[in-house]
Amino acid sequence: MKDRLFSALKGQKADYIEVRLDESKSSRLVYRGERLEEAGKTASTGGCVRALVRGGWGFVSFNSLDRLAENVALAVNQACHVGNIESQFSPATPVVDTVPAEFKKNPIEVNLSAKKNILDEYNRIMLGTKDIQTTSIGYADTKKKVTLATSEGTYIEQGRIDLNLRLSAIASKDGDVQQVGLSIGSKGDFATVENLHEKVHDIANRAVALLSAPNVKGGTYTVVLDPVLAGVFVHEAFGHLSEADHIYENPQMRQLMVLGRRFGGKHLNIVDGAAVPGYRGSFKYDDEGTPATKTYLIKEGVLTSRLHSRETAAKMGETPTGNARAINYTHPPIVRMTNTFIEPGSTGFEEMISGIDEGVYAKDWYGGTTSLEMFTFSAGEAYMIRNGKIAEMIRPVVLTGNVFTTLGNIDAIGNDLDMNQGGGCGKAGQSPLPVSNGSPHIRIRNCLVGGK
Amino acid sequence: MDDILAVACKSAQSAEVFRVTSSRTPVQFEANRLKQIQTKDSTATALRLVKDGRVGFAQASGRINAAELVNMALDTSQFGFQAGFTFPYLQPNNTVRIYDPSVENVTIDDMIGLGSAIIDAVCANTAGILCEGSVSRGTATFEIASSEGGRASYRRTNFSISMDGMLVRDGGILYVGDIQSSCRVLSDHKSISGEIIRQLELARENAALRSGTFPVIFTPYGVAGALLSPLISAFNGKTVLDGASPLKDKRGSYVFDNKFSLSDDPTIPYQPGSGPFDDEGVQTRRNTLVYRGKVVQFYYDLHTASLAGSSSTGNGIRNGGMPSPAIHALVIEGGGTSLTDMIKDIKEGIVIEQLMGAEQGNILNGDFSGNVLLGYKIENGAVTGRVKDTMVSGNVYQLLKEVVAIGSDSRWIGGYVNTPSIYCPAISVSAK
Repeated sequence: MKDRLFSALKGQKADYIEVRLDESKSSRLVYRGERLEEAGKTASTGGCVRALVRGGWGFVSFNSLDRLAENVALAVNQACHVGNIESQFSPATPVVDTVPAEFKKNPIEVNLSAKKNILDEYNRIMLGTKDIQTTSIGYADTKKKVTLATSEGTYIEQGRIDLNLRLSAIASKDGDVQQVGLSIGSKGDFATVENLHEKVHDIANRAVALLSAPNVKGGTYTVVLDPVLAGVFVHEAFGHLSEADHIYENPQMRQLMVLGRRFGGKHLNIVDGAAVPGYRGSFKYDDEGTPATKTYLIKEGVLTSRLHSRETAAKMGETPTGNARAINYTHPPIVRMTNTFIEPGSTGFEEMISGIDEGVYAKDWYGGTTSLEMFTFSAGEAYMIRNGKIAEMIRPVVLTGNVFTTLGNIDAIGNDLDMNQGGGCGKAGQSPLPVSNGSPHIRIRNCLVGGK
Repeated sequence: MDDILAVACKSAQSAEVFRVTSSRTPVQFEANRLKQIQTKDSTATALRLVKDGRVGFAQASGRINAAELVNMALDTSQFGFQAGFTFPYLQPNNTVRIYDPSVENVTIDDMIGLGSAIIDAVCANTAGILCEGSVSRGTATFEIASSEGGRASYRRTNFSISMDGMLVRDGGILYVGDIQSSCRVLSDHKSISGEIIRQLELARENAALRSGTFPVIFTPYGVAGALLSPLISAFNGKTVLDGASPLKDKRGSYVFDNKFSLSDDPTIPYQPGSGPFDDEGVQTRRNTLVYRGKVVQFYYDLHTASLAGSSSTGNGIRNGGMPSPAIHALVIEGGGTSLTDMIKDIKEGIVIEQLMGAEQGNILNGDFSGNVLLGYKIENGAVTGRVKDTMVSGNVYQLLKEVVAIGSDSRWIGGYVNTPSIYCPAISVSAK
């Protein structure tokens, strides 16, 4: 394969060309209530070529390798049609490497009936809870091999095994419908979706409890986020803004995001990195062949770095960080997060809530999104804080804020860092990309909470 | 496809093969300039079979050996659900016009010219704005064959233009944009730049709204972004079957304002959501979901219909897996009030154009809450500027129970929703 790819890359007049091939196999199980709605298997093979000529890009994706040389020529031709300036693309030392998929308890080796038995157990727990109307369960695992060959001589084969499980318990009474979900993800360890019985009990009970929980009154509150939700917060509220493709060709954004700008207090440190091992966003090389790094986006409250592809890094005079990722062969790599987290501080949980007269304790995630400047994220579970103590359960809340001010409103960071692996990230039509995010508990002053 | 069916029927009682072959050419713009030209070709094949009364499923992208695909599907069938339906006899059907050969003849240079003209017009209106978007053409062929006999296929062209503008102003960011999609060639670049410029003009000044309850107008974009997901979920036959739809026992009841009518219509010529049959080979039709406030029916695929004792409404759609009930193209019936007259009617209120996070609420019971990404303040019958750092919260069923007016300004949003503006008496606003 190596020779075939390199020979297809030869003889083209381009500043850079890469060929990427994907081979993947996945299986999935979908339940709605007691019905198993889908037991399915998927096999996929495909590839793409990306070419850079005088600053312009051409990209061709295909399922059949039969016309590889023609596809390379087409990508180069398209790039020629676009390009009219000097290409800027960070240089790279060619790498030849083979990275096998990491796994502990390999989900691919677990047969479908064993997977089904576990899901049946969880489903029975939920459906057996009084006032649970129905459930929804989606499980999928994927084994994938990605091969990258570039005109610079890089040839990398990387394997990856990813799995995820999403469970929802849906409670209903007198026309009202409430739901609580649980999301689990892992890079190659089936054990992470085993022995969740207690958690599954808990989501079913909480869904029922929500039927009688009040709504929060909308307004500005002091908010305490648990590690899971704070992880979603750091991903939405700051992670996306630090992706350099939002910044590199926008002079005003470059001013807003100038390195050295203060975003938060001295206690605030935000990191992204695929080199942090063992999580769903971990890998050895990104999809441009750049080795993974660990990047301090914010150090002691000050903007110190950002996430780069080879093009954004070259155009900003900075160093590639190994964040160019493509969800599959039908898309070119773009700047993405990997494992993003707030580093732990020193405040204990009791201390964090003790001074709050009226606030909101928001846990777990339901969703999140950002416009770069503004972000919203929603909790899966929420409580009022009254007189320094956790008080009544309330219905899940949506929180919002402005990136440029909210990080400065974080006034306490806990000591209990935890990573959430259950989410997937969407950007430019490429979703859901496996990422992880995390944080210790954090406290945010003046956070806008939606409500009636 | 016949080879797969032949192999499948050696072990299974019945089988169905569905294949989509597509080719798409997007021309992409970034930072006001042409950035990338793409060509995307793909073929995906899905096999559904019934073995010992149970349904198995497998799919493959790229080249696949028939025996391997069949084995994958057989492997899953031992866990599959009991087939309560039979694959329909497939009849060729070309009643819905969705193919325009001229789409395939549009040159790359024409597409570049179209995108550049939009960017030039927007930049001429507003200095410092950066546009990002794409002009794309493509063709997709859908084929279905089953052991029950017959065969059906159709070809659909698509031409899409999307353009977003981003303006950094006063240390903050303003987003504007438009998306249009059709089976025919779109060439009116002014209708897109005009829409973007309209948004820019309305957002020219900043205006602050205080917390409270105010009259609200959802523009077509606002309706599509904030109000539709809960309804799409509630009318889904599967949600109804599971008892998780608030409309489950409301068929025939008046749940919405009598000015509100909603249908799913895959028969409108040259719309990207249109097609002669669904992804299970069932002929499509226009389905009225709400007629003048009354819940008329829900939408079904074959499997869900068989469980519900109903019949498929032609809404079996594949979204990366087995067919499941889904919407083709939602149409909210237009009214007679212009947006200007709606605004004139309001002393203090809000226009919602884009709401961020609306789908993060409890969609099942219709609650939504979101940050007003693009919205305008109304004061004494006129828009005074853009509202920022503001959240609105509401419930779709409460909002649509009493509607003040439905707009005369119906338009397609991205080709899959056709809606006018909707004016409601009250929404809860939380502002900083």
